Amino acid sequence: MESLLDFSPLVEEFGTILTGFWSTIRLTLMSGILALIAGTILVAMRVSPTPVLRAAGTIYVNTLRNTPLTLVLLLCALGLSDTLQLHLSTDSPTNYYWWATLGLSAYTAAFVCEALRAGINTVPPGQAEAARAIGLTFPQSLRMVVLPQAFRSVIAPLGSIFIALTKNTTIVIVAGYIEASSVMKQMFDDYGGTLPIFLGFAIGYMVLTLPTGFLFGRLAKRMAVIR
Amino acid sequence: MTENGDATPLVRVENVNKNFGALHVLKDINLTVYRGEVVVVIGPSGGGKSTLCRAINRLETIDSGTITFDGKPLPAEGKALARLRSDVGMVFQSFNLFAHKTILENVTLGPIKVRGISRDQAEKRGMELLERVGIATQASKYPAQLSGGQQQRTAIARALAMDPKMILFDEPTSALDPEMVQEVLDVMIGLARDGMTMVVVTHEMGFARRAAKRVVFMAEGQIVEENTPDDFFTNPRTDRAKDFLSKILTH
Repeated sequence: MESLLDFSPLVEEFGTILTGFWSTIRLTLMSGILALIAGTILVAMRVSPTPVLRAAGTIYVNTLRNTPLTLVLLLCALGLSDTLQLHLSTDSPTNYYWWATLGLSAYTAAFVCEALRAGINTVPPGQAEAARAIGLTFPQSLRMVVLPQAFRSVIAPLGSIFIALTKNTTIVIVAGYIEASSVMKQMFDDYGGTLPIFLGFAIGYMVLTLPTGFLFGRLAKRMAVIR
Repeated sequence: MTENGDATPLVRVENVNKNFGALHVLKDINLTVYRGEVVVVIGPSGGGKSTLCRAINRLETIDSGTITFDGKPLPAEGKALARLRSDVGMVFQSFNLFAHKTILENVTLGPIKVRGISRDQAEKRGMELLERVGIATQASKYPAQLSGGQQQRTAIARALAMDPKMILFDEPTSALDPEMVQEVLDVMIGLARDGMTMVVVTHEMGFARRAAKRVVFMAEGQIVEENTPDDFFTNPRTDRAKDFLSKILTH
């Protein structure tokens, strides 16, 4: 019973835990940025007047959104990196970091795309018409008029996607990259599955995700487009 | 300051047809707009006025017939179409100002991104135009902070900033509170005096009488009657026009 409430492993392994969370932060930030870029490109494809681009965007989103993240990451780490020997770095941890990042961003991009597409639907059609009427081309009107307004209307849902992304980094364990959850698993193996370790890590993730939600909520209010 | 235009056609609409599903909204439309001319399109709602107006800058596609602008058929798509639209201003019923941009940014976006004019120059000219339509003091506000009349005057300034060869007005005062209609019409009358080529879909007879050279009466997708404003309003030739005028004049 005493060992169940023993907080000392958290203290002893504090450095390792911090390193684990630092890896989680790096994965989340880099994947988040890449997912945002890829998601924006995907939504541009999905609303473009070119049928081929629209179809490609739709297929991508439906494939990635409906595949378990575990499979996506295994495909990256085992399939592409190990079997096909596509290495993104000669340093093994760096290689797995990039494959994990790519897998996470490829998966998250599908959700970013769909959130943005919902955002585009909140922009009145007259905005795009006015943009075309002053002579902006389709890509210009998307970039300068439609997407900026779409983004602002989906900041809060994007926040949820980034919180999900933060927690999804725990699945990177299958891709061979060490982050917070793999540190936790190691500690469970070493010290037994005690409540303090569990609590410590749960709080650790909340320290990352609660401010994310708060920040995105604030941003959503501040950036809202008043009509 | 050409009062009557120099009689060369700017827009030529020939045998144009358009269907929305089973609804035949434009039936064999023929219309020529000359340079410097102000044409008012009037008629019952659902008669095809707005569709015709929007077809001239291809916001609405047509099923058959041809529309030429400045001697060239309207391009179907892409950069050529964007270039055409940059020469044809458009003012919408619902203003459609860019909601995330300030009044001044609304006016300078086109000149900077489409015409490639420097920001400084575009802003200088933008302020002149805002001055002209009487809202220079609102330049740094956002559209939602302005009244409907001020928003519509901004929309006119936005169209003017492109130095268009003509401006299309699609019911520019229909969404305005009554006390704001006149301020917008005054700006439009000023433009007409300066010789701007205009096609105006409106029910404002005061404007038609003061500024228009021609009134085109449309009903059920057809041009039923074309005449000078005075003759049209005092002496309509067709029963359809008489009926329509009796309904709007009694109010």
